[in-house]
Amino acid sequence: MRIIALIKRILLQIVRDKRTLALLFIAPLLVLTLMNLVFNGETVDPVLGIENSSEQTIDMLKDADINVKEYNNVSDVENAIHKNNLDGFLQIHDEDQRLTLLNDDPGVSKSLEMKVKSVLNKEVQLQMMSGKNALKEKPNSQDSVETSYVYGSSDTEFFDTFSPILVGFFVFFFVFLISGIGLLNERTTGTLERLLATPIKRGEIIAAYLIGYGLLALLQTILVVVYSINVLDLTIVGSVWNVILINVVVALVALSLGMLLSTFASSEFQMVQFIPLVIVPQIFFSGIFSIDGMAGWLQFIAKLMPFYYAADALKGVMYKGFNFSDISGDLYILLAFAAVFIVLNLFALKRYRKL
Amino acid sequence: MEHTVSIQGVSKSYGKHVVLEDIDFSSEAGQIYGLIGPSGAGKTTIVKMIVGMDVPEKGTVFLLNKKMPNLDILQQIGYMAQSDALYSALTGKENLQFFASLYKLNKAERAERIEYTSKLVNLTSELNKKVSNYSGGMKRRLSLAIALIQNPKVLILDEPTVGIDPQLRVSIWNELLRLKNEEDKTIIVTTHVMDEAEKCDHISMVREGSIIANGTPSQLKEQYSVETLDGVFLHAGGEMK
Ligand SMILES: Nc1ncnc2c1ncn2[C@@H]1O[C@H](COP(=O)(O)OP(=O)(O)O)[C@@H](O)[C@H]1O
Ligand SMILES: [Mg+2]
Repeated sequence: MRIIALIKRILLQIVRDKRTLALLFIAPLLVLTLMNLVFNGETVDPVLGIENSSEQTIDMLKDADINVKEYNNVSDVENAIHKNNLDGFLQIHDEDQRLTLLNDDPGVSKSLEMKVKSVLNKEVQLQMMSGKNALKEKPNSQDSVETSYVYGSSDTEFFDTFSPILVGFFVFFFVFLISGIGLLNERTTGTLERLLATPIKRGEIIAAYLIGYGLLALLQTILVVVYSINVLDLTIVGSVWNVILINVVVALVALSLGMLLSTFASSEFQMVQFIPLVIVPQIFFSGIFSIDGMAGWLQFIAKLMPFYYAADALKGVMYKGFNFSDISGDLYILLAFAAVFIVLNLFALKRYRKL
Repeated sequence: MEHTVSIQGVSKSYGKHVVLEDIDFSSEAGQIYGLIGPSGAGKTTIVKMIVGMDVPEKGTVFLLNKKMPNLDILQQIGYMAQSDALYSALTGKENLQFFASLYKLNKAERAERIEYTSKLVNLTSELNKKVSNYSGGMKRRLSLAIALIQNPKVLILDEPTVGIDPQLRVSIWNELLRLKNEEDKTIIVTTHVMDEAEKCDHISMVREGSIIANGTPSQLKEQYSVETLDGVFLHAGGEMK
């Protein structure tokens, strides 16, 4: 009951604060759009040559905004790609699916690869569901597609691994800032102290903050994900629900960390000062820069950063098509971070009241 | 007679600065107690100890015979802080509703208490305005309404009438007197205004972290053979040195 009253009050305060609302819900879309424009300058549909494919596959590929061209009896794939100005070539021989990518623009070939993989994946799932095919023993993952590159290799990637990280980062950043400032304001205006003169428990205050701001984070996540998929054509290979789940857990970590650090700030500006100290390092270790290439001690530090696990899970689901069991390890570690921060928050409030 | 509030040997210091030293204080139902003293004397600190917001280093605080801090007892304490702790993005009514829902009150009681307390502090017509648009006096009045919202047995008011115009001040004091007479409340008020001190049943004069004099206003004036409480204060302060 008291928790619900507190949640209602938190949400009411946010709704009254139009600028914060805009920061939560419009700023991420703006930045994502800008990033998308900068990194994927062209929006021309990729051209895919295809051999030996069913009508159904071709239709599904076309639906995924791929310009499909059919060929027969191609012996030299690379030559065919060059001659016909293709971005990639898909050969299907029974179970053996082979995708060759031109890869002169990693952005184009990555998005083509993801689209093809998700289409083939979907097809396998459809077949398994209708049960008309004996493909059951075949692993339901895009690893069944063998990919080769005319130029470069699978390591040439940028915006596609970057955008999953970005989606999680928005949640982390905005929720951290807004919940931290929320609790800080409650402290500086004296209302926190006043609250503690009522029969409310410390745990109730923290729970209400987590749920109230968690709801906002959930809304933000859904908005960002829906916008990315529908407007920016971002491909999510794995399940959208897993993406949302990861972001909710990320929000929990960011919330509890923001609240905890607000204890050490005495003004909103001091809260902002935590950004270079706490937020920016998280980006360095999020996998935008190769962590394997870092010195041993840096790799160790990376593993202390909550966002490292968030980025890993998000990349896994959105880019590699991981399912829940593949990312559960990351989620558990994130939950452990949140648990530690929440307990520390309980202790931080103890300086006001022992109960 | 049983004590509603009982403080025994309470001391508190911030770092090396001793703020309270060996404070004893007790109160009974149906009485108004005044903690009088200049600013910085330690009145607010005493009040915070009573409410359980601050923890004494030495000594104990009992409220309604329960050792503080105790969450259940807080249902019976109405507290008005020295600085208004209000949510300025919300309206007056929303503030009242929020604080009301933190106490054990059913829906009908809640609506009734909100109506009663806002009428008492003369805010009924301003309830739908945002608190950010309130004047200082209006905020003070809203804080007082919040302190009364759950109909507590013990009222602890830290400088309740600062910034409130004389007319409303009189009506608030009349209401406090009614609450103690008709509803048998214990009321503890801090103030540095001497004419308010005259209205209290008991006065404790606080200076530099100690209670330097105790008694009814007339007892104190007699004891120091002076006409006014101002005089008592000067004499009692002088004796200390
Ligand atoms: N949190 C604190 N840290 C350090 N000193 C404090 C703190 N709170 C109060 N004080 C000091 O305690 C003394 C008494 O303060 P207070 O109880 O607010 O006085 P009053 O309410 O009588 O004006 C003052 O000297 C004040 O500076
Ligand atoms: Mg004071």
